[in-house]
Amino acid sequence: MITWIKGGEVIDPRKGEKKTLDIVIKKGKIERLLPPGDFRPQGDIDLKIIDASGMIVTPGLVDMHVHFREPGEEYKETIATGSQAAAAGGFTAVACMPNTNPINDSRSVTEFILERARKANLIRVYPVAAISRGSRSESLTEFGDLKQAGAVAVSDDGRPVTSSELMRRAIEYARFFNLPVISHCQDLNLSNKGVIHEGTISTKLGLQGIPAASEEIMVVREILLAKLTGYPVHIAHVSTEGSVKFIKQAKEEGIPVTAETAPHYFSLDHTAVVGFDTNAKMYPPLREPKDVEAIKIGLSQGVIDAIATDHAPHSLIEKDVEFDKAAFGIIGLETALPLTLALVREGVMGLPEAIAKLSYNPASILSIKGGVIEEGKEADLTIIDLNNEYVVKKESFKSKSHNSPFIGWQMKGKAILTMVGGRIVNDKLKISN
Amino acid sequence: MYRFNHKDLLGMDQLSVSDINMILDTADSLMEISSRDIKKVPTLRGKSIVNFFYEPSTRTKASFEMAAKRLSADTLSLSATDSSMVKGETLIDTARNLQAMNPDVIILRHSSSGAPHLLARYVDAGVINAGDGMHEHPTQALLDLFTIRKKKGRIKGLKVVIIGDIAHSRVARSDIIGLKKMGAEVTVSGPPTMIPVDAESLGVKVVFDPEKALNNKDVIMMLRIQLERQSEVLFPSLREYSIFFGLNKEIIKRAKKDVIIMHPGPINRGVEITGDLADGPFSVILDQVSNGVAIRMALLYLLIGGERGDNLD
Ligand SMILES: [Zn+2]
Ligand SMILES: [Zn+2]
Repeated sequence: MITWIKGGEVIDPRKGEKKTLDIVIKKGKIERLLPPGDFRPQGDIDLKIIDASGMIVTPGLVDMHVHFREPGEEYKETIATGSQAAAAGGFTAVACMPNTNPINDSRSVTEFILERARKANLIRVYPVAAISRGSRSESLTEFGDLKQAGAVAVSDDGRPVTSSELMRRAIEYARFFNLPVISHCQDLNLSNKGVIHEGTISTKLGLQGIPAASEEIMVVREILLAKLTGYPVHIAHVSTEGSVKFIKQAKEEGIPVTAETAPHYFSLDHTAVVGFDTNAKMYPPLREPKDVEAIKIGLSQGVIDAIATDHAPHSLIEKDVEFDKAAFGIIGLETALPLTLALVREGVMGLPEAIAKLSYNPASILSIKGGVIEEGKEADLTIIDLNNEYVVKKESFKSKSHNSPFIGWQMKGKAILTMVGGRIVNDKLKISN
Repeated sequence: MYRFNHKDLLGMDQLSVSDINMILDTADSLMEISSRDIKKVPTLRGKSIVNFFYEPSTRTKASFEMAAKRLSADTLSLSATDSSMVKGETLIDTARNLQAMNPDVIILRHSSSGAPHLLARYVDAGVINAGDGMHEHPTQALLDLFTIRKKKGRIKGLKVVIIGDIAHSRVARSDIIGLKKMGAEVTVSGPPTMIPVDAESLGVKVVFDPEKALNNKDVIMMLRIQLERQSEVLFPSLREYSIFFGLNKEIIKRAKKDVIIMHPGPINRGVEITGDLADGPFSVILDQVSNGVAIRMALLYLLIGGERGDNLD
């Protein structure tokens, strides 16, 4: 069978180009890319036509930072429901952080995750293994064994690596296996019992604050360790003006560091917590308007390489409680694309740049498939209707959890078709019927 | 015409100047009941009030109970030690259970900021915040405003200093909001570890040194130093705290001659305030306690007594 995606505007994030092209897909791979009108299907082949005129066709989106909760907290999300949420949001690949129960610090957990992903059979799921056993910052996990089992990176996400010595050795050791190292930057002593950003809102609400410095101290440490070891460190969920400044400076000095932010850090500030809304509680916390501005500038200047959701599902048991007792984290897979497109309309980034941060860049940081539309490559594609307008509804989430501060938001732009290896996994065009 | 139109009292920030005046005026007219031989009126007969204290507080709880009894309401008191209501049960479970008893008002004291706001979303009963975490303690602020107005005849234009752990104090937060609304000038003072970040955003002046902060003040509000803050590295010792940040008869000379000293209690004598000042002529600490009952009567009356906003005859 041949699939023919007709007349879409195809984005090549690597070249930063947008061209009207037809895409011909055979056996899960992109067979040909050609100008409209050039493709003439011959004979009586089995042909599926997807009319993408007026639409954008991009490489399948890649989310390098999600929490799928399996194994251990299947009531919040499973690899299957998380994959559905990803597909609905236009993502064809995700990297799962290791803070499950048990923590993914062994081959068996990594293999279990991959097995569940195969059963779910929707998108590509890449396990990220823990840096330290039990993410306790005491001893290293078996990077080599974990990589052979299928882990694509190491991180203790959910917690920082508290020992600078251990982090140094982790980076050095990861180099041998070419494994990316992802850092959750948080000085636990400084963030202490904090639950929101330390500033005017924490002062007004009487909630314990988390100063920006809690993140920035660790960002600076990771930069210095990247410099010391000469091997890259990737900074997860950048949220402050200071972090952007330090990363920019490091890049200018040629220190190998990359960074991601999440849509909530450029869409919301700490005033979202007023009224004690636990769906505005996450780590790092929502910051100040000046930080939101700095994140946008960081994105536009290329200081921040990737947009990742930090999709962190929690049930009502964790969220419908007193603010200081509520769990940190929000879901993001199904709102990331429209929130990013809002930045494009705002003029922060061009569309190819924005798509690069949602596909090509994270795929390159993790050295995984995807992020490009090229002949001979896997047909992982997302078709986006930039003009589709809708209101975010709790009932429409495919994720098992609904902890989103964006419920009720008016959005513009939607992934109307998601294709993984030539197979449609999200079909709002009703092609399959 | 003005009407007191609130279901809950969650914080000072929800009250208008007219609301505050109404509460203070109502408290004024209720003060008289407390001086009668039979200190009881039938105003809230048949109404039921739940005192729900997740955090221990003898004083505030007693004050609310006294207020409810003087108005002839039925009261039920639950505390965190009555653990069947608390252990393993979420606040929302508890709220639903309480709601099933159909009370008119639930008075909540809780260690989490925002807990009364959460409760109020789940019950039909009125909710009074009797102190939530480090957030607000509105009835304390109202009784403080009431005490100041009685002693000084006005609030507007007065210079007030609040000294102590401003950052962790719900009393300070509510007092600041109330005082600012009523037109007072507020200065906060204490070690920098105890002044919240961006304190100026609350509309106050920050003067760390109490001696300087006391200059020309009409009202001094001392806060209780929570002894456990020592382990949180906010200050090295009670001894040093009392030397540099405690109120004593030397530094009080900087304030106005007719200054009044307030304290929400319980006092750590010799820590934030010397015993002679706490018991001396400037102190209105015991007035605060009796005024507290009147303020809480006024609130219960305004929230559930017949038509909201009716004048008391
Ligand atoms: Zn993290
Ligand atoms: Zn995370």
